[in-house]
Amino acid sequence: MDKISIGQHISHQFNVALEDIRNRVLTMGGLVEQQLADAIRALVNVDATLAETVVRGDYKVNAQEVAIDDECVQILARRQPAASDLRLIIAVIKTITDLERIGDEAERIARMTLSLAEAGGDDKRNPHYYIEHLGEQVKHMLHESLDAFARMDAEAAVAVWGQDFKADQEYEAITRQLMTYMMENPPSIPRALDVMWSARALGRIGDRSRNICEYVIYLVHGKDVRHTSLEHMEKEVREQSGR
Amino acid sequence: MSSKEGTLSFQLTANTEPQRSTVGKKEYNAPPAVEDVTEEPSSLIDIANPKILIKDLNFFYGKYRALENINMQIAEKKVTAFIGPSGCGKSTLLRSFNRIYELYPDQRATGTIMLDGANVLEKRQDLNLLRAKIGMVFQKPTPFPMSIYDNIAFGIRLYEKLSRAEMADRVEWALSKAALWNEVKDKLKQSGARLSGGQQQRLCIARAIAVKPEVLLLDEPASALDPISTAHIEELIDELKADYTIVIVTHNMQQAARVSDYTAFMYLGRLIEFDDTNTIFTNPRRKETEDYITGRYG
Repeated sequence: MDKISIGQHISHQFNVALEDIRNRVLTMGGLVEQQLADAIRALVNVDATLAETVVRGDYKVNAQEVAIDDECVQILARRQPAASDLRLIIAVIKTITDLERIGDEAERIARMTLSLAEAGGDDKRNPHYYIEHLGEQVKHMLHESLDAFARMDAEAAVAVWGQDFKADQEYEAITRQLMTYMMENPPSIPRALDVMWSARALGRIGDRSRNICEYVIYLVHGKDVRHTSLEHMEKEVREQSGR
Repeated sequence: MSSKEGTLSFQLTANTEPQRSTVGKKEYNAPPAVEDVTEEPSSLIDIANPKILIKDLNFFYGKYRALENINMQIAEKKVTAFIGPSGCGKSTLLRSFNRIYELYPDQRATGTIMLDGANVLEKRQDLNLLRAKIGMVFQKPTPFPMSIYDNIAFGIRLYEKLSRAEMADRVEWALSKAALWNEVKDKLKQSGARLSGGQQQRLCIARAIAVKPEVLLLDEPASALDPISTAHIEELIDELKADYTIVIVTHNMQQAARVSDYTAFMYLGRLIEFDDTNTIFTNPRRKETEDYITGRYG
C-alpha cells in the first residue's frame, strides 16, 4: 500500500489534473532552487547585479503559489478527492506555502547582498565567506526534499530530514565566528549583521525543506510526523513500508 | 555547485529507480522482503460492546455464495456504512440482519448474527419481533396506499394496543423524529403517495421508527432523491443515531464519508476492510479500498 500512483483513475481528466498539479509544484520548486542558488552566489561574490535579479524574480514564485493554490481549490471542489489523492492535494498546498517562504528568504538574502555591496563591495576579509558552506548544505537539502517529493519516496524524505541538524550546527558555528569578528572589528558590525541575517535565512530554509520532507511522509504513508523525533519518523516509515 | 546544477532536473514519474545520492540511504531501507510476506495485518477493526456481532456469515442465492465468511461488528448508536461496487454483497449483508431475504425462495444464510445475545439466524427466532427490533427502509420510497396517518399507525397496530390519543401522540412523535411533522401535520388524512419523493422517504423512515426499533437498516435511502432531500435524510440520520444503531448501504461514497462513523468496504462477497470512516477515507490499509474510493476501480 505504500505505492502511490497518480494515474489509473477511471476519469482521464482527473489523472491529467493531478499530474499537472504535481508537475507545477516541481516547476515551482525548480524556480525556487534557482532563486536560492543565485542568492547564495550573489552573496558570496557580492554580486549586486545578480542580487537585483533575485529580488526582481520573487514575484514569479509568488504567482506560481497563487496559481497552484487555485488549482487545488478547484480539484477539492469538483472532485472531492479521497485517500492518497486527498493527501496529495493537502501535501501540495502545504509544500508550496513553504516553497514560497523559501523564495522570500532567498529574496531577503539578495537584499542583504545589495546592502553589503553598497557598504564596501567584495573584500576577501569580509565575513560573507563564512556562509558559503551553509548555503551549499541548505541548497542540497532543498533539492533532496523536492527530489523525495517528486519520487514520493518517504525513506529519502526521512534521510533529508535527518540532515538538518548539520545545518543547525553550521549555523551555530557561523554565529560564533561572526561574534568574534564583530568584537575584533567593531566598525564592521553593520556588515556582519547583514551576514548574520543571511545565515539566519539559510537556517530557516533548512527548516522549511524539512517541513517538505514531513509532507512527503504524510503523502506516502498517511502519517503525520510533524513535531516528532527522527527516531519516531524512521520507525513509522519502516513499519509502513513493511506492511 | 554552479547555479545551473541547482535547478530541478528529476524525473516526473513516481517510483522510478532513485538517482539521488545515497547519503544515509542504507539506514532507512525497508525491512527485508521476508517480513513482507508474513501474515497480512488485519484490515478489520474490532468494536467494543457491539450491538450486532456477525460471525462466519455466508449467504447463498441457491448454490451461488454471495457472502463469504463475513466477520464484523456493528457499533451501538453509531452509523455504519457499507460501500462497494454493485454486486459486492453489501445489500445482501444488510438484508440478512432482519432475515428479510426469507421472503424469497432459495435464499439462505449460515453462521451467526448475534443481536442482544441471541442468534438472529436461528429457526426459532420470532421474525415479527425481530423486524420490530430491526427496522428497514428501502431505496425506493414505499408508502402504503393509505393516509399519511395510517402509514405510521399501521405498523404500530401490529405490535401494540394503543388508545386513540396514545396513537396520535406516537404518530406525531415518529413524524417529528423523521423531520416531517411540520410539513404534513395539516394533511394527515391525505394519501402518503401524494408526498414528494423526499417526503415519502422520510415517511418511510418515520414508519420504521414508529415501532421503536433498536436498529435501523437503510438500503440506499437517498439514491432516488434530489440533493436537498438527500441533505434532509442525512441530517436525520445524524439525529437518529442518538437513539438508534444505524446501518446504511450507499453507492454514494461522499455520503458514506459524510454520515457514517464506521465504514465497511466489500468486494466480491468479501469484507475487505472495516475501519473508522476517517481512516477509510484518508488512509485506507488495503489497495482495493484505495482504488475504489479514489475512482481507480475497474
